[in-house]
Amino acid sequence: MSREPIDRFAAAQSDERKASVREGSKAGYDARRMALGRDHEDTDALRRLAGAIKQHVLDHLDEYLERSALALEAHGVSVHFAADATSARDVVTDVLRHRGARRVVKTKTMLGEEIDLGAHLESRGFECVETDLGEFVVQLAHDRPSHIVKPIIHQSRREVARTFEANGLGDYDDTPEVITRRAREHLRRKYLTADAAITGANFVSAESGRLVLVTNEGNSRFCLAATRCHVALVGIEKLVPRDRDLAVFLNLLARSATGQHLTVYTEFLRGPRGPAQPDGPDEVHVVFVDNGRSEILGGDLREVLRCIRCGACLNVCPVYRQASGHAYRSVYGGPIGAVVSPLLGADRRRSLDFADLPRASTLCGACHEVCPVDIPLEELLVRLRDRGREAGAHASGGLSMAGWSLLASRPAAWRAALAAGAVVDVLPRPLLPGPVKAWGENHALPPWRGGRFRAWLAARGPR
Amino acid sequence: MSDDRRRVLARVRAALASRTRAPLPDYDVARTRSRAAVAVEASTAALVDAFVASLERAGGRAFTSVGALAAWLLGDRRTRGYCDPALAGELRAELPRDLTLATRLARDTLDDLDFAITRAAGAIAETGTIVLDDRTTSRRLASLAPWVHVAVLRPIAIHRSVADALAALGDDPYVAWCTGPSKTADVEGILIQGVHGPGEQVALIL
Repeated sequence: MSREPIDRFAAAQSDERKASVREGSKAGYDARRMALGRDHEDTDALRRLAGAIKQHVLDHLDEYLERSALALEAHGVSVHFAADATSARDVVTDVLRHRGARRVVKTKTMLGEEIDLGAHLESRGFECVETDLGEFVVQLAHDRPSHIVKPIIHQSRREVARTFEANGLGDYDDTPEVITRRAREHLRRKYLTADAAITGANFVSAESGRLVLVTNEGNSRFCLAATRCHVALVGIEKLVPRDRDLAVFLNLLARSATGQHLTVYTEFLRGPRGPAQPDGPDEVHVVFVDNGRSEILGGDLREVLRCIRCGACLNVCPVYRQASGHAYRSVYGGPIGAVVSPLLGADRRRSLDFADLPRASTLCGACHEVCPVDIPLEELLVRLRDRGREAGAHASGGLSMAGWSLLASRPAAWRAALAAGAVVDVLPRPLLPGPVKAWGENHALPPWRGGRFRAWLAARGPR
Repeated sequence: MSDDRRRVLARVRAALASRTRAPLPDYDVARTRSRAAVAVEASTAALVDAFVASLERAGGRAFTSVGALAAWLLGDRRTRGYCDPALAGELRAELPRDLTLATRLARDTLDDLDFAITRAAGAIAETGTIVLDDRTTSRRLASLAPWVHVAVLRPIAIHRSVADALAALGDDPYVAWCTGPSKTADVEGILIQGVHGPGEQVALIL
């Protein structure tokens, strides 16, 4: 039986890495469940409310974007828009050059990863230092982050210690406390000598223009205390209507991501430092980045733009837990990554490379159940499968795809196929014509795991 | 790039053109309060107690007298501190002489400091959060760089919940909510305190 790319990537992981991911994601899931159940009367109602607020914002994104930009400009912020990754990188590079900045400190931003900003700046002669501990390790090790919230969930302390040793950060010592102290000392000098800071933003209030940044380590605070120029990269979907709505999202984000009541540091900023304050930026830039988002907004997967990047769907996903983030071969892993990776930015051009991702799901619906903004991920995954099926049918001339189409769209047939073993036994692969055969080799159905899927499918009705 | 603003907004408008747009849900922000926050009485004393309990749960400490703070600092041999000039007079009178308070902060000697004392703009009982802002905090770096940060807090400035504190954000260009010491669990999920910010977050409630 041929294997999907995600299976091959997953199989290539060492046992040590697999164990790291399994344990890390389970711990995240347990913490979330305890915090949410304990603290709120009706968690489910709260996350549906959050989803409805975000959906409202997305449905009025034109108005909210203009309102946010005006509010920010009124408080002395330079607002830029970037249609794609190239434009976003150019805006940042121009701001830094204009400022005469050479040394840059950077916080973890998924959007920065998406547009590969760090590597771009380094290639243009800037020093760009990652300051989140996990991202710092990733940068030193020339690795890639594998989780939205815990970038080095796949690494053991021994790997981290070896990386530190190889980079002149002391003799080998794999005590997490020692690793953390060494990073603290090293990065402190970087903050204090940096010319500019680059951050993301978790939310922007359209009412006040306030950017909201949440971190646990305090690296973002240090960036904004030690440097004189701040550039924030913001995906256009990050808006919320009013400051008061942040109560819904801040409560849900911390509990969903790590089981905390509130992330350690929540910063609200809109503009240069206050008149009597000696520390902090005198120049602030906000770059609103599209990079594929407006296209998603117009399509049938738009709910995915509600995402607040908490990582809960990764932690709960049986496929992610087994495969780990790198198997998704993109900035975003897990169920959310399976949906957005083929849709965002440069990855869009490679969308066929990600054709296996929507199928890398058991459709058990656990990702939807834990999502703090109620994204129906399992439904979006099915829509993506449908889309892949149509693209495949188109590419291979249609008729030969009938068998697959039948399977992919009819639950009864799907179940029958699964009962028989795997879909490859149903598709007469050796008899298929060339291109379809090639296509078929990349297609297999996931094992049937039951769960909520049947009930959901029944409610979904015929299409 | 200057065209990108028009381009992005035009794309967004086109994407939404034929769409029914969902209304903004009408809701009471009190819904976002946790069970614990709802249960707290509205009295200042009850808010102080709830704040201290939440702060300790987040890994922070609270003192209600300068003497108790001084004893703890000396016990850990933390003797060299920075203090907001606006507080120095009041605190020096009560602190033992072994503790030195500088009222100036230099970037190149930050690491010589064992602790820093600055004013808090407020606090949140629900979460144990200390609220700092540019107007109240004498130096952003002082509240961040030394291992121990002491925020001087007046009980009257304690908000019940996250929702209440959001309503009081005001017009300061920079507000930082600090909920316990700086933390990471990036290495094997093991919790370590004091990554970039303070390893000890203290509230001195006066």
